[in-house]
Amino acid sequence: MAIMTYRRALHDTLRDEMLRDERVLLLGEEIGVFEGSYKITAGLLEEFGPRRVRDTPIAEEGFTGAAIGAAMLGLRPVVEIMTINFSLLALDQIVNHAAKIYGMFGGQASVPLVIRTPGGGGQQLGATHSQNVELYYAFVPGLKVVAPSTPADARALLQAAIRDDDPVLFLENLALYNTKGDVPDDLPPAPIGRARVTREGRDLTLIGYSRTAHVAAQVADQLAASEGLDIEVVDLMSLRPLDRATIVASVRKTHAAVVLEDDWLTYGIGAEVAATISDGAFDDLDAPVRRVAMAEVPLPYAKPLETAALPSTDDVIAAIYQTLDAVGRRHLKVGHD
Amino acid sequence: MSPATRSPRSRAASAGEPTGEHQRLVDFYRRMLLIRRFEERTARAYTQARIGGYCHLNLGEEAAIVGLLTALEPTDYLFTNYREHGYAVDRGIDPNRVMAELYGRTDGVSKGWGGSMHMFDTAHRLLGGYGIVGGQVPVATGAALAIEYRGGREIVMCTMGDGTTNIGAFHESLNLAALWHLPIVYVIINNRLGMGTTVEASSAEPELFRRGAAYRMAAARVDGLDPVAVVAAAEIAVASARDGEPYLLEVVSERLRGHSVVDPAKYRTEAEVADLRAHDPVPALAARLVAQGVLSDEQLEEMDRAALRIVEEAAQFAEASAAPDVSTLFDFTYATPVDNVGTRYPGEPLFPPAPRPEETES
Ligand SMILES: Cc1ncc(C[n+]2csc(CCOP(=O)(O)OP(=O)(O)O)c2C)c(N)n1
Ligand SMILES: [Mg+2]
Repeated sequence: MAIMTYRRALHDTLRDEMLRDERVLLLGEEIGVFEGSYKITAGLLEEFGPRRVRDTPIAEEGFTGAAIGAAMLGLRPVVEIMTINFSLLALDQIVNHAAKIYGMFGGQASVPLVIRTPGGGGQQLGATHSQNVELYYAFVPGLKVVAPSTPADARALLQAAIRDDDPVLFLENLALYNTKGDVPDDLPPAPIGRARVTREGRDLTLIGYSRTAHVAAQVADQLAASEGLDIEVVDLMSLRPLDRATIVASVRKTHAAVVLEDDWLTYGIGAEVAATISDGAFDDLDAPVRRVAMAEVPLPYAKPLETAALPSTDDVIAAIYQTLDAVGRRHLKVGHD
Repeated sequence: MSPATRSPRSRAASAGEPTGEHQRLVDFYRRMLLIRRFEERTARAYTQARIGGYCHLNLGEEAAIVGLLTALEPTDYLFTNYREHGYAVDRGIDPNRVMAELYGRTDGVSKGWGGSMHMFDTAHRLLGGYGIVGGQVPVATGAALAIEYRGGREIVMCTMGDGTTNIGAFHESLNLAALWHLPIVYVIINNRLGMGTTVEASSAEPELFRRGAAYRMAAARVDGLDPVAVVAAAEIAVASARDGEPYLLEVVSERLRGHSVVDPAKYRTEAEVADLRAHDPVPALAARLVAQGVLSDEQLEEMDRAALRIVEEAAQFAEASAAPDVSTLFDFTYATPVDNVGTRYPGEPLFPPAPRPEETES
């Protein structure tokens, strides 16, 4: 067991997988000499050389497509796209090829590819650099999308993603790189497609993934201390496949849900989760499922506008209260049993 | 759209009375110095947390900018990447408004919505700094299409970095422009680095201007540290574009600091850094003007003080300018009024919560 940052967990896992399997190679902009924009690949060029740690030109469509082709011939490329915003330049290759090759050719070739890329925002990066578009990938059959929130999950899911025979989009987050957590030494790969209840509770289910899983945990702790609320937290961990059974089981117990996401409100991940709850736990639901998400605007640069557009902890708490209000259980103060 | 005015450029030199070619050099120097001081002031404001987000400076590219923009008419259009403060200032946009944009204030050129990477000013025909590498190139090509379509005399200048020539959009755009004979000059500011990746490490044809040959596009390379050389090359390029033949101009330049304000540029050797300083275009031009007896040291100092006054005033103006009000958050999602558009702040539900049921026991 070691305590390490999310960044370190990613770095060590990449290194371990490269040591373990000669077919694993890294491609991306500035990942070698520059050691990665967020230093995930620090030292790997030195250790593995330019054959396995490839600095690419600024050509997302080209190198992502090339990684797909290399994967078809049995390599296990791990592509780093500097931020998820730039993955849009590779959207065609990811959606039309990585996700399609297995099915379109009747299962003759698979694409064991990993695309690592961070979401984020809230740092005044403006309209084109603050988007969280994991949804675009979660929408596509044939792709897997994982979104770990802790260093241990990052390690377990990155191992799984690299050893997986299908293309996996591995969502990281700028705000998570410096967060710390325990990572067991002999952690096995995590099965892709499972969510986890990270905090048990009875009053309401709070659902998040990646960065918002932390927000959910923090708000649950805060409201437990201040209001005696007993909130259950679900960390989705995987966006496609989505672990609907865990979501539904939780809501059957709590009868209310609030979903947190870092993308825009409508047509988002939260919409899919809400639809899942509507389908699977309709009779158990005591209040409408609430989503807390970004205001539907191109993100402005100016700090006050950006702050107003991004969900805050207060927004989450307000949504929880309103949901509990709707349930008619607002007075759940300490000792509510 | 009204044609641009270029007040800072046409101002007569206050230091001495040089004439002709000398006057032109003094003017270049004044403009380069303003960019230099503006960017240094920007870096300071960034470290003082008055500016946020990504912030890329034009330090080292002053001669390139001044040379390029000298070749443009006020009615020509300019598209750039995110490293564009110097272009905005040298195009004649009030430095106060450029700085206010950096501060994210309402008086900023983009009303505080864009920030460092996204300067835009219709009056000066700066149609945007863009943050997605290569993103501006097809868009600028389309602006040239509109000009050609209307039979206009304007041209488009589209600047980009060396790293940008490896993105597909660059090649698609050059091909379109050549096929359609569009009035556009593509300018590669070759500062030899993407972020930390060298041209040699990223471009199979490192003589970037040669890429024009793939589209039978006229192309040239010029020393971007010499404003006079840049003007001469840019004038040829602009004339070609005005005649309906697109042109690819590579301007070999320097990036004196890191990729952005926060990049310490550790990947550069000490020798490289010393070499950069030795080639700094701003002191080089000052030395040339002194050696030729055009300006005295006192006059240089006076010009420097004037530039410093302008950027200090810009910082004060930006500081005093109001931040956008939160109530304006939904003002710029659509240009037209539209029904059923979501104007909800993050915590708000799609529908107001149902009225509370009668008190139930808990
Ligand atoms: C499509 C895309 N990929 C990656 C990035 C991240 N990025 C920003 S600037 C840059 C380097 C660009 O280099 P160059 O074109 O030479 O311009 P310079 O910064 O040197 O002016 C990169 C990779 C981006 N903004 N857009
Ligand atoms: Mg460059």
